[in-house]
Amino acid sequence: MKYYDRLIFELSKSGRRAYTLPASADPASRFAIPAGLLRAEAPALPEVSEVDVVRHYTNLSQMNFGVDTGFYPLGSCTMKYNPKINEEIAAMPAFQGIHPLQDESTVQGVLEVYYQMDKALSAITGMKHFTLNPCAGAHGELTGLMVMRSYHASRGDFARTKVIVPDSAHGTNPASAAVCGLSIVEVKSNASGLVDVEDLKPLLGPDIAGIMMTNPNTLGLFEKDIREIASLVHDCGGLLYYDGANMNPLLGVVRPGDMGFDIMHLNLHKTFSTPHGGGGPGSGPVGVADRLAEFLPTPKVVEENGRYRIVGDAPLSAGQVSGYMGNFGVILRAYAYILMLGKQHLALAGKLATLGANYIKESLKDAYKLPIPSVCKHEFVFDGLIDDGSATGKPGATTLDVAKRLLDFGFHAPTIYFPLLFHQALMIEPTETESKETLDAFIDVMHEIAREAAEDPDILHGAPHNAPISRPDETMAARRPVLKYQDELS
Amino acid sequence: MLERVGVKSLDDLYADVPAGFIYKGEYDLPDALSEQEVRDWFEGLAARNTRLKVFAGAGAYDHYTPSVVPYIISRSEFLTAYTPYQCEISQGTLRYIFEFQSMICALTGMDVSNASMYDGPTAAAEAMRMAVASARKKNTVLLSSTLLPNVVKTVETYAKYFGTNIVMIGSENGQTSLEALRRAMECGDVAGAIVPGINRFGIVEDLTGFAETLHEGKALFVEYCDPSALAVLKTPAEWGADVAVGDGQPLGIPLCFGGPYVGFMACTKDHMRKLPGRIVGETVDGQGRRAFVLTLQAREQHIRREKATSNICSNESLMALFVTVYLSLMGPEGMKEVNEKSYAGAHLLHDELLKTGKFEEVFDKPFLKEFVLKPLVDVKALQAKLYERGFFGALETEEGYVSFCVTEKRTRAEIEALVAAVKEV
Amino acid sequence: MSKIIEGLLYSDSHEWVKVDGDVAVIGVSDFAQAEMGDITYVDMPEVDDEVTKGEDFGALESVKASSELYSPVSGVVVEVNEALEDAPELVNEDAFANWIIKVKMSDKSELDDLMDAAAYAEIAK
Repeated sequence: MKYYDRLIFELSKSGRRAYTLPASADPASRFAIPAGLLRAEAPALPEVSEVDVVRHYTNLSQMNFGVDTGFYPLGSCTMKYNPKINEEIAAMPAFQGIHPLQDESTVQGVLEVYYQMDKALSAITGMKHFTLNPCAGAHGELTGLMVMRSYHASRGDFARTKVIVPDSAHGTNPASAAVCGLSIVEVKSNASGLVDVEDLKPLLGPDIAGIMMTNPNTLGLFEKDIREIASLVHDCGGLLYYDGANMNPLLGVVRPGDMGFDIMHLNLHKTFSTPHGGGGPGSGPVGVADRLAEFLPTPKVVEENGRYRIVGDAPLSAGQVSGYMGNFGVILRAYAYILMLGKQHLALAGKLATLGANYIKESLKDAYKLPIPSVCKHEFVFDGLIDDGSATGKPGATTLDVAKRLLDFGFHAPTIYFPLLFHQALMIEPTETESKETLDAFIDVMHEIAREAAEDPDILHGAPHNAPISRPDETMAARRPVLKYQDELS
Repeated sequence: MLERVGVKSLDDLYADVPAGFIYKGEYDLPDALSEQEVRDWFEGLAARNTRLKVFAGAGAYDHYTPSVVPYIISRSEFLTAYTPYQCEISQGTLRYIFEFQSMICALTGMDVSNASMYDGPTAAAEAMRMAVASARKKNTVLLSSTLLPNVVKTVETYAKYFGTNIVMIGSENGQTSLEALRRAMECGDVAGAIVPGINRFGIVEDLTGFAETLHEGKALFVEYCDPSALAVLKTPAEWGADVAVGDGQPLGIPLCFGGPYVGFMACTKDHMRKLPGRIVGETVDGQGRRAFVLTLQAREQHIRREKATSNICSNESLMALFVTVYLSLMGPEGMKEVNEKSYAGAHLLHDELLKTGKFEEVFDKPFLKEFVLKPLVDVKALQAKLYERGFFGALETEEGYVSFCVTEKRTRAEIEALVAAVKEV
Repeated sequence: MSKIIEGLLYSDSHEWVKVDGDVAVIGVSDFAQAEMGDITYVDMPEVDDEVTKGEDFGALESVKASSELYSPVSGVVVEVNEALEDAPELVNEDAFANWIIKVKMSDKSELDDLMDAAAYAEIAK
């Protein structure tokens, strides 16, 4: 990767153009909107040629690292390979050119995708019905909690204003609960990294709307007390919410619906291989048990005698959560992935992801602190280096240093400093699409980095050495924000 | 690999899962397909959709997509990256987001933009929460009744659960009533108001006096806008708005049955710290070179958890790139031409439809590319005739009007053919 | 070892108070600023806002963290340190010289719950 230092605005030359448009439908028409409704000056957009645009963004892309560039073991993000056929399917004009408000009779193919995806995701998770309307995982969480609140409200039970969240949870869980008007009660993890059932018991009561759990949790551990947790929460009148961020290892092995979960979301951009796109567009379908189906958001697709129909409003529905019916383009890709893998290969994906994670864990525990040694699922957490090199008299190498040094070797870094339970957390998730050779190469590099740290931690402190830029001054960025071209904010 | 891990089989990796939870069945799914079979399957589905010449808008507009845009956004370095956590190898993503923020600020006139939201309606819902957070103790947000129905519905859903009161402001001759706004302010509990720049009737609203009225009551003025039209129309900043939100879809994003699109959200400097979502800022690296990073992160969910400004994490980054590339190609001249040509086509259609004698004018207000008429014929029959001839238009509003939209993509011949079809109703 | 100044009162959430008649001048301790690292923003209330003992009135932000500021007393904000708006690093430079808000106290007996320098030295380790 090489450093390229231009912004598109800096290529601008007055009068240069990169577009062509058809002739006006009415050349005689004069733009006659009253001057008082028009802007004073044209917007300061760049004026560039087509080749300027193509070269600029090609150069930018070359400062980026994606799954197609190399191994991307970012914990809890499930950076699996994104099959290319999915892109082609999503680009078909007969999908791309469809207006969201067209009559049902003209979009039967689109609606069948919604219907079949609902069925497929239900089969995979053991839930009864899915809405595909949420546009991301966090959006799914919020939608699922809205369903939870609607359920309690429909029973006249308005006292349930709290939701229990484990201390190991993703930060979105408490944030989503707050946006949904619920307050948070935190339940602690025990020494083995699992939800502490004894700590949970006194929290349960008539004010509890439910519990949000990630299983396997963010330490990659299966919450094996889930049966007891489910019955405790259900007995107190609460519901169980499953955060599907970590669904990948359960593919073909365990269904959230069978574990007693009432509501869940999936991240199609994680488990179902749709590209992450630099941070979206994603898709966060929400599935529910049978008794909660009527609370799912609208609009939704139903089938009647082989014809598909859109239901715009439903009396008990949580309501409309996005502009139309979610990110259809993303849903198409995920459906192509499911069809391509079929029931056999989908059922193998989870096990292979788990095997890869355990293989890395066992191979590196001689060099990195492993706080929880048990068999993990799709991911696991190290708590920094065993020998950080501080014996050399120099400051020791931290998890941040290890992460930055990995970039020099052509790997993306793991998730760092999360979960918060460990100070030097390094969270690794390989996914099933990586070969043993790739995992071995990563393991070798991680050993090499550990050796470097022990001998001369400064090599790590200065990393990355080969990236387009070295570590930036983030403090300055936050203290003196420059948030747009030629900014004069401060 | 199994040996290194110390287990005998893949199933042993799940020994900690209580036996009763292990799924013994087989997924109720088809067998694996080859790539060719997958393609055939989707071609079969695609054949059950009808592509129509789009003469409708209502939040999703059929503007032209230059071929460079899909070409650039399908580059896998952009497509297969995740959120730019490791900034040293994500300068591509960070730079285009910075450009996106700059362009959104150029269009809206605002000081600060975030890195994008899911779509326009959810961006409006976030603005509703931002207003409440800024006002602290006040808890009512006003919505103009001329906002698109899906914006109103989405904001209402978010408000219901967040615990915010929503009050609708009435309209007068197709435009948000300033008088109704003044009356609504009297309750003293108004944290903000969301008003469209171009409304669901296609009318360009005159927002004179809105900023003064809202700011007098210490309420946030949020404008819901069409970013394509903002290339020519008075900006939210010029109207005195505090926050501008909307959907980036009109900037050449394919209709794609409603998504993926991209929401945007921008505000004045005063409200910067309450802006939800990711924000990219400029700084320098260790060698003093210009570099870009995610910044002001202390507002966000992964740090603030339940006290964050929003639960949003990922947004619609790739679609933000789409919009950035589109605006780079179009430039100020291209955007002006898009608006002029859409205006010309829409006004031609408007006049020709009135001449058929099958409609009456409803409002005498300036419009750009979308307008409503009162039908004098049966709406269902009208719509059916248009479908029969391969057109999608005459969307019915709650008042029983029909709306049409014309973008620069619609040719004179298509407009004439649509009018001819209408004459047969 | 962080700096502690005699004559000030301290809360267990690391705010200090200097009493000036019925006005409490409030800042954060040197210990607190050192724990935060480089402070990038000080979120402050506005003049005339009410604050309540034990409840948050703002926050210190760094690049990767945010820490709530809890009011050691109840009352009305009479002044905020505007210098911190553009230069949050002043808190890092001298946490005692750079106060954050001044509060007109509604109940001076609340001061009795605060610690003196010696007692605070025990917890700021």
